Formats: sequence, structure tokens, C-alpha cells
Amino acid sequence: MSVKDGLYYSEDHEWVREEEDYLVIGVTDFAQDELGDIVFVELPEAEEEFEKNDAFGVLESVKAVSDTFIPVSGKVLEVNENLLDNPELINDDPYGDGWLIKVDPADDSELDELLSAEEYAEFIEEE
Amino acid sequence: MKKTPLNQIHKNLGAKMTDFGGWEMPVEYTGIIEEHQAVRNQAGLFDVSHMGEILVRGENAAKSLQKIITNDHQKLEVGKIIYTPICRPDGGIIDDLLVYCLQEDQYLMVVNASNIEKDFNWINDHLLAKTKAENLSNKYAMLALQGPESKKILTQLTDIDLNSLDYYRFRQAKAAGIEMIISRTGYTGELGYELYFEPEAAEKIWDRLMEAGSDFGLKACGLGARDTLRLEKTYPLYGNDIDETTNPYEAGLNWTVAVDKGDFIGREKLIEIEKNCCQRKLSPFKITGRGMARHGYVVYAESKKIGEVTSGSYSPTLNESIGLAYLNKEYTEPGTEIEIKIRKRMVKAEVLKGPFV
Repeated sequence: MSVKDGLYYSEDHEWVREEEDYLVIGVTDFAQDELGDIVFVELPEAEEEFEKNDAFGVLESVKAVSDTFIPVSGKVLEVNENLLDNPELINDDPYGDGWLIKVDPADDSELDELLSAEEYAEFIEEE
Repeated sequence: MKKTPLNQIHKNLGAKMTDFGGWEMPVEYTGIIEEHQAVRNQAGLFDVSHMGEILVRGENAAKSLQKIITNDHQKLEVGKIIYTPICRPDGGIIDDLLVYCLQEDQYLMVVNASNIEKDFNWINDHLLAKTKAENLSNKYAMLALQGPESKKILTQLTDIDLNSLDYYRFRQAKAAGIEMIISRTGYTGELGYELYFEPEAAEKIWDRLMEAGSDFGLKACGLGARDTLRLEKTYPLYGNDIDETTNPYEAGLNWTVAVDKGDFIGREKLIEIEKNCCQRKLSPFKITGRGMARHGYVVYAESKKIGEVTSGSYSPTLNESIGLAYLNKEYTEPGTEIEIKIRKRMVKAEVLKGPFV
């Protein structure tokens, strides 16, 4: 299971990538593997605002349905529309083309509360 | 959790395991969609050793069966199999199962894993004199080899002519040197075989089949693909689509109730149910909006609750969301538009005439 360096991670198996003006959020390789073939994705609208740990979307695999929880508070700038017709992108490339949303964070300091790649790797080791 | 004799093989293959009715079973190995497509296009091998086997034998075995099952035992002869429910006096389905006629006075009933004890007690309590029931579930491992290439694969392990083995027939024969029941049955809607043999031979048979299947695209398949395969064919699943609160008529199993065969448990009530059949019917549907239906989701039409989803999943063959739901009879006509409440949203769906594939 790959954990990508340089990202922030939540214990709900989301990752956060810091860009200059916004954050990109997705689910980890571990999460997509646990879910299995993802066949349906429900994402929020742009401009929607969420508090840290709110459910912001739904991933459905053949067998199971799973909520995704936002690791930081903020406003949605953009959602990955490609996933609506190609949900398997999350399985194929969870850290790249399978990203879920871009967010304008409300409070940058919330990033410090998340796990580093190393800490997350240890965390899933124990799961 | 109970383990089948192939538990270690599944783990070595990296299967995701789950608790299925108290059994630790593989859900998937490489992915449900890939495994599903292997069975539709080439072949798949399933460990279904969790299924139960109950032997009924003795002078009155046939008469006892006729009393217990709803289908007609007269359709059986040595080497034949029938599918049948067993019902309570009120018509509720205790289980659905296969009956193998081993000899005139010996029948093997293959039952759902979660119902083994319940079925055994029920059968035992309703046997006529000079007849015995034995729970042989621990004495059999069971594999399902399913898919268009399954005959070519199994042929390499056995001397019997599989071309002469018709649907719902079986032979007691050797394969890979092991005595077994080779049965032309399955739960996928494809050409396929189910094999019953001693648990000690399970790893050997598994390995020999996988080896024989390597040139034919044979894949190890889990319960996940078994579920999507049976749903595409609208085969009901006990515990999901049928249970003691449902009867064979509303489940669309009319052909398995032989009311004319003479007395059997549930007959009177089932005759009455058939006359008024049915207030609700198990109906195939596909989602035309966006979303997936799951067991227990509520179905609406004209803003009224008109039913409940019993099975819902993704169809890998159709690339659509499909399912089965009990619907009030006015809404069961193919083409009827319905709505399913998926979390907080109402999602459009359409009643279809099954099977989906």
C-alpha cells in the first residue's frame, strides 16, 4: 500500500496536498484498496462550506458505501467532475487523477493537527 | 469464526476476508468486477464449502421429502437434482436448497450455510418412520467452477464425459483421483459445475483446477462476484430476498411449488396465497438516476411508500445500478417508474422484466 511523501493525512484515510492558493483532498491508496472497485461517487457543490471532519462526499464500491470526511475546515473551490463518469480513477490513481475536491482552507493551522506520511504509514500498519 | 479447508489458500492469495454467517470467507481476490467478468467470459473458481449438506435416508426417505419440500419429488430419479424451497405451515420460506437423489432411498440436501442447524432440526422433526437425517456439512468441501470455459478445465481432471452431463444432473465419479459428486449446477447463470468431496482433498482439488485453468483464464472468485453474478440473473438470495416472512409466490418461485403433488407442509396456506397472489412481488429494477440501491432502502411512487429494496448492487456486465425490491402489485409492471430513497435523495428507477443479463 503506498503512502505518498509530502502530503498530510487524516485517520479517516484522506490526504491533503498543499498548493500555493488552495488544498487538494483525496482518499489514500489504503482507503481505495479497502473499498474495492469504486463504481459511484457523490461530491459536494463548489462554494459549499464544511467544518473539519464533516462528511463531504460518498464513495460506493460494489460491496460497500463509505462517507468521506474533510480533514480541514474550508470552502469547496472545485470538485473532480471526471470522477462522476470515471469513478475507477480513485482506484487507479488515488493521489493523482483520483483527487476529490479543492478547498480554500478556513484555518491553515489545522494542517498541523494532521499526520505526516510517516505517521500515517505507522497508523495503517496498526489498523 | 468457522473456516473452510481452503482458508489458508485464500489468505495466501491475498483475499479480503469477511464474516459471512459465522464463516470466514473470501469476498474478493483481485477485484469483484474482474472476477465477475472472468466468470462471464472465461471461468471462475469459488470456495463454497460453507454450504451445508444434510443426508436423508431410509425406507420412507422419498415420502418424507415429499412432505417437507414444496417442489415435486417425482421429478427426481437417481442422478437428478431439483431446486426447492422448504416452507412453514404459513408459507414462509425456511430455506431454499438443492435435493440430490443419490439412491432411491438416499437424498442429499444442500442448504444455505446460515440455515444448517435450523434446516436440520426442521427436517429431522418432520421425518416419517424408518428414516434418518444426518448433518454431513463437515464431511464435504464444495467448489463451484463456473463460466463458459469450465467444461474444458474440468475435463482435464476426470474421465467422465462431461458432454453427457445435463443441467441439474450429477455423477459420482473421480476427478484428480478423488471420489466426488460432480454436479452441473451453479449460482451464476453460466455453464458450470459444483463439486462435493472430502475436506482433506480440498487444497489438492483447488490447486489442480487452478493449474488446469491457467490456459483458460480461470480466476479465484469470492463471494462479492458470486453476489453480482446471481443478481444479474435475478436469483434470490436467502436472508436478502427471501426469508420466513416471504412466500415462494411473491418471490417469483411459483414453479417450485407443486400444489397438485399431494399433501406437504404449507400446502393449504400456499393454495390460498396463490389465489390472491400477490399483494407484493419481488421485482427487478434499474436505477435511471444516479446512485446505488442497497438492502433495506425504501421505494416510493406518487409520494407513497410502495416497497423495499432487498438486493442492490452494480452490474459489471451492464455498467448500471440494478436491484430487486418487493413492490406493491400495482407497481410491478415492467416500465413502471419508481423512486428509491438513497440517503437523503430520491433517485429515479425503472421496473424491468428480469433477468438483467
